[in-house]
Parts: sequence; C-alpha cells; structure tokens
Amino acid sequence: MEGYQVIHEKSPAFYDNYDRKAEMQHQTHYCPGCGHGIAHKLIAEALTELGLKDRAILVSPVGCSVFAYYYFDVGNVQVAHGRAPAAATALKRSNPDSIVMAYQGDGDLAAIGTAEIIHAANRGENICVFFVNNSVYGMTGGQMAPTTLVGQKSTTSPWGRRAGNEGLPLHVCELLAALETPTYIERVALTDMKNIMKAKKAVKKALQIQKDHGGFSLIELLSPCPTILKMDPVVARKWVSETLAKAFPLGVFRDRKPELPVDAIVPHLTVAEALGVEEDQSNEPVIRRHHHTRDLTVKIAGFGGQGILLMGQLLAEMGLREQMEVSWLPSYGPEMRSGSAHCHVTLSHDRIGTPLISQPEVLIAMNELSLHKFASSVASGGLVLYNGTKLPEGFSAKQARVVCVPVSEIADRLGSAKVANVVMLGALLEETECLPAETAMAVIETMVKNPKMLALDRQAIAAGCDYVDTQIEIGAVSQPDGYSY
Amino acid sequence: MRQLCKGNVAIVKAAIVAGCRAFYGYPITPASEIAEYAALLIPEVGGTFLQAESEVSAINMVYGASSAGMRVMTASSGPGLSLMQEGISYMAGAELPGVIVDVVRGGPGLGNIAPEQSDYFCIVKGGGHGCYRNLVLAPSSVQEMFDLTVLAFDLADRYRNPVVIMTDGYVGQMMEPLDIKLRSIEQPAKDWAVKGTAETRHNMISSIVLEPDALEAHIRHLESKYLLAQELESRHENYLTEDADVLLVGFGIVARVLRSAIDQLRAQGVKAGLFRPITLWPFPSRELCETAKNVKSVLAVELSTGMMVEDVRLALNGSVPVEYYGRVGGNVPMAEEITAQVFARMAAHV
Repeated sequence: MEGYQVIHEKSPAFYDNYDRKAEMQHQTHYCPGCGHGIAHKLIAEALTELGLKDRAILVSPVGCSVFAYYYFDVGNVQVAHGRAPAAATALKRSNPDSIVMAYQGDGDLAAIGTAEIIHAANRGENICVFFVNNSVYGMTGGQMAPTTLVGQKSTTSPWGRRAGNEGLPLHVCELLAALETPTYIERVALTDMKNIMKAKKAVKKALQIQKDHGGFSLIELLSPCPTILKMDPVVARKWVSETLAKAFPLGVFRDRKPELPVDAIVPHLTVAEALGVEEDQSNEPVIRRHHHTRDLTVKIAGFGGQGILLMGQLLAEMGLREQMEVSWLPSYGPEMRSGSAHCHVTLSHDRIGTPLISQPEVLIAMNELSLHKFASSVASGGLVLYNGTKLPEGFSAKQARVVCVPVSEIADRLGSAKVANVVMLGALLEETECLPAETAMAVIETMVKNPKMLALDRQAIAAGCDYVDTQIEIGAVSQPDGYSY
Repeated sequence: MRQLCKGNVAIVKAAIVAGCRAFYGYPITPASEIAEYAALLIPEVGGTFLQAESEVSAINMVYGASSAGMRVMTASSGPGLSLMQEGISYMAGAELPGVIVDVVRGGPGLGNIAPEQSDYFCIVKGGGHGCYRNLVLAPSSVQEMFDLTVLAFDLADRYRNPVVIMTDGYVGQMMEPLDIKLRSIEQPAKDWAVKGTAETRHNMISSIVLEPDALEAHIRHLESKYLLAQELESRHENYLTEDADVLLVGFGIVARVLRSAIDQLRAQGVKAGLFRPITLWPFPSRELCETAKNVKSVLAVELSTGMMVEDVRLALNGSVPVEYYGRVGGNVPMAEEITAQVFARMAAHV
C-alpha cells in the first residue's frame, strides 16, 4: 500500500451526525453496495485534503443523490431536475472564490439536463461536475436511462433497450470532448480498489483545477446500483467493471487548459454614468419653461429608413426639454420589418392618458402610402404635412388642412437625403409653433457629435422652417387646398 | 433631471439602482431590449450578464445567483415565462428572492409579438406547480417601470419570494420622461445564502420536504408570508372615483387608455372613474370594494378574454354588476372605443 494512506475516520467534510435526515441519522439512505457512498467519500476526502471545505458548495440534483445535503458539511443547494450546471454557473459567478460542484446522475445530466451540461461545458465554467452513471433511474424505481445499454431491461424498456426505438447509449465524456473549452474530462469506475483510487485522483484533480481557476471539469463515475440491477453488491460491481465499462471505456478524454482568444475589455462606469444622470444630483439646475409651447398629438409615418422613429424621438425630447409631459410610442416588430414605420408622439402640459393616438392633430406623411393610409384618421381641423410637391392624383382630405413640403428634395439639395426628417421637423415647428426651433437644435446638439452633420442638421431645420415661412406664406407654391395665410 | 427613456430600458436602470448585479436571460420580442441593455450596462457597473441557452436555464441561473445572495433578474415574454414556471415554483418553494419581468405578448402558442395581458392566469394565479404565489406588479408608465422594479427587488427580499413585473409590449416599447433619483439601497443581510464561505457553510437551499407533516408546515409558513403580503402590499390608483357612477377597472397600458376614455366620458356628462390595480397579486380587493361602494356599474377592461375580471368579481362578490370588455390578438382599444362601450352598456341598461 505504498503511497496510500489508510484512513479510519469519516472525512471531516461530512457531518458527524446526519441531522437533516429524519431517522437513522448515523447511516446514509443509500442501498448496500451503491456507488454513491463511495463517490461521496472521494469528494469529501478530496475537499478535506485540498482545504476547500469552507469554500465548497454542492449542487445536488434530482435522483437518489437529491439528499446529498444530508451528508456534506458544505454549502448545499438542491436544484430542479437536470439544472445543476445552470444553477452552478450562477453560484460560481456570484462568488468566484467559492468551489462549486454539480453532482448529477445519468437521467439528470444526460437526459433532461443535456442542454445545461453542454452549454456550461462550452462556456468553460470554472466548476466541477461529478456525473454518476449507473445506467438506470434509481430513485424512480428502475426506468430506462440515456446510458442504459442496448438489451438491458428496465421498467420502461421491458424487452431490453432497443436501438431502433430508443437509440444507443449516450456517451457524455466523448460528447463533451468534442468541445474546445473544457479543461478536464475523465471517466472512472467505482469497482475495485485500483479503480476507486484512480477515481479519487480524478476527483481531486478536478477540484484542484477549479481551485487554480483552470476551467471546466467533468468526472464520469461508473457506479453500481445493485437494487435496480437486482444483483448482489459484489455481482453489481463486477457487472460495472465487465459490462458497463466495456460500453463506456474508461480514460482521460481531455486534459489541457483551453487556448482561448483574448476577449474585449468591458469599460468600467459609475452607476451615474451607466444611468445617464449627474453624479451629484443635489445641485441640479432648476429648469424653467423658457418658450411658448402647445399641446399636440402627432403621428409620423413613412418608410423604414426615413428616420421616422428618430423624428418622433427628437420631438419628444424637445417637449421634455421644455418641461412638458411627452410620450413616444413606436410601431415595433414585424410592422417595422415590413418596410414601413410609424410612431405616435404626444406633447402635453398635463399627465398623458393613452399614448395611442386614434385621431392625431397632425399627421406627418413621409410617403404616399402613409398619406393614403392615415390621412382620414386626422382630427377635424387638423393638419397633414406631406413629403411632396403636390398631392397624388385624386387624393383629398376633407377634415384636415394638407400642406405639401418636398422635404426629400430639399434634403437632396442640402446634400444628404438623410436629413429629410429634420427638414420636416423644421416645417412642423414653423407650421404648428408647438415648440421653438432653437430647442430642436439644442436637442440635436446633444445627439450629433459630428460637426459636419450638425451643420447639415442646422441647415435642415432652417430650410424646413423657411419653406413653410416663405414659399407657402407668400403663395410661391400653390397648396392643394388653396389655403393662404 | 428627467430623461427620455424606453420602458424596457427603465427596468434595467432601476435594477442597477436597486443593486442588481446579476442578469441571466434569453432573448424574445418584445422583451429583448431588457436583455440587450442589461448586457450593456450591468457588466459596466461590475455585474454579471449571461445569455442562457434557454429560459429554462435562465431561471435556474436566477435560482443559483439568488442562492448565492445576489439581487438577480431575468426578463422574457409569454413563451419564455411558460418555460420558466418550473424554476419559479422551485424558487418559491426554496424561498429564493428574484425579479422576473414578463413583457406580455399575444398567445397562446407562438401567437404574435403585439401587446396582450393574457399571461394574467399563469403569472397572477401561478403557472407552476404547488401552493405558491408570485407577487405581481403592473406598471403603466415608464416612470412606473422604474419605480416598481426598485420596489420589486425590495419585496422579493422582504418576502424571499419571486416577484414578477407584468407589463406589455406598449409600456415596454414606449418612451416617456424618466426621473432617476440615485439613492443608496441598503440590501438586507442574507444570512441564509450559500456563498462558499465558512459563515455560510451550514446553509442549505432546497425545496424538498419529504415528510407530509413537515411539508404541510412549510406550506403553511409560505402561506403566512402570502397572507402578510395581502395585508400590507396591495397597491392601486384611483382617478375621478369620488362621485363615479361607472367604474372602469384596468391595469398597464389599458389603464392609460381608460384614463383618456374617462376624460371623454366626463366631457360628455358621464361620471366615470378609474380603478387601476398596481399590484395584481395581492389584488387590491378591499380597496376596490371601498372604491366601488357607490358606483352603479363596473366595467373591467383587459387585453384578454377575461382573466382579471374574475378577481374583480371575487372582490366585489355580487355587490355591484361587473361587466367585461376586452381586446386580444395585439389589438389595444382606443379611448373612443371604450367610451362607445360605456354608452352602449348604459343604453342597454335603461
């Protein structure tokens, strides 16, 4: 027994007395000959030897080992069936100095929890997974597991597992070894002294890797379940060693630190910076309304890409700056992906009820489709601003005044089709006098950093105002309803 | 100073103010902005954001982070909430706090991504297994998305229970002024958490209680918390209810529409008022009874085929006629539509 130490007492990583157990608190709930007891012992000893007991958190599964927290004198978290790797992920990330172990059976890990184990492994979570494969569902009374062998009878494979019906046994180590990120994957067997000592080494190595921030480890422990296999303990061990281990070859499937690309660095912000507020809120300036403003409901509609939603946001932002109540409600989702977009903006001096505007006082129609679609909804006595030199053939709006402003043309002349929405905003402000144009510029200045673009926006606002002010007012452009000032 | 902010973004900002430094989620329209902004902002203030492989994993990551003592959040919409129900039940059973946002979309099944309130049963009545309750908050403005999210973290810790913010695509997508007051939030000491330290070594998080008597005692303990919450936590808002003959009841975006409808009705001589539940669980039943004492009729309006109306009827217990009007499929009624409904019902009862 050279190199080995004979230990006569129970590992200090176990409770002296199993107080959480209702009765027979001196012994485990596991059946005679069950491999869980050995697996527990190996983990407890490794924790003790590495001095990790205080830092350890055991995540116990659903299955026979659901009660692992009866025994382990460590932090214990019991979780839903199959979800241990997900819970372990967050436990570890919440307290990176903790040593987090997910202890799972074959049904838990390889059936219901397949997604969780693959993704935890693929993220290279710095956790240890101890995967006990005994080829059956123990706790629920002997149903088929994903690791049940072909031909092996269970209560849900009464004629033996049929490959044509249930597929072949799932090889978890081999599956995970296909991923780049895991650090250490080994399959061991709890069958005889030699293999149990190998298992002990593997368990300890996995914990050491986590201690060294080395990444993801999974140890698969082939384990006897005499009760369900209906074998005596000795025969069950022999079956694991001679039959199960044939189907699930023992060995190391991965043992190297993954080489990962260097990640982008996340900038560090203060809470105030992240929230977009002043660090010191105690002496914020008292803002008074400087300008004349008026309540207004506006619907803005057009093609996606015309800056429809942004125009609405600018308007709402302006209202906010003038201490009004505002709301901005976009069309969203597939509506937006269909190529058209619209939004509703309400400017008010009072608390706003519905942000949904059924009869807007102003419709901004940036294309012909929007004009046809929404003009009839405009409130009686309202206004339509249409992007064009004249109205389409046969179009008429009886209840509202329609003003044509060829904002796309004006924007083109300014040198960028992109500012058509800003030209229209200028026209809206001049036409309705809901908010002053200088507020628009003040808002734009906070959003646009490029000085060229800023100059263009300034010209665009002015051009929109100007068009309404001069061209329409002096009658240079004939308006569809013959309206004159 | 007020800022123009989207409802979904306000939730993330509130989480940061509340000291939440852990977000585990999975994208789904119309809730994705919450995950996107959490992905951007929470790591910048030193927290953890992780996009899970599914909503099932996301809620179990929430379970894990909460076990570790973190203030933690996830956000999704109907189909994702269906997947999270198991985890929420486990959280309630294990007495784990956590904040879950449901930006409700049209269902059942894949439905669509437009606003509905049809998750009411699965959120308010509990969609998971066992005797548990979610505390449920229903914001109807961007400012409330913020304020109620901060409250949600407090309630979750106070009751050691999941709290759900149930909102909809419109409140999530719309922009309104948001006033953020920075404050230092004092988080309760979670001496029950499992942190991987000597002090917390003896702690255990679990929802399994094998013995029938012990489980009954555990369930009664949970029940006592829920009874206390019913006593202390119901919230609502009234608008023009003092002299109301017709009481409209609605929450979330619907309450905003109802407010405008009430202004229209008042302008036409109908004494209408609004009762807006802010907590859907506990439902403000006593307050509704008190408000409805002198009204002639109650109309419950919601974006479902009639879910909240059951709580309205239970609360009023036949003391006043309760009718229901709803739209589904992503259609949200305009104020004029509600006004017309009220007039039609008044004519029918003459």
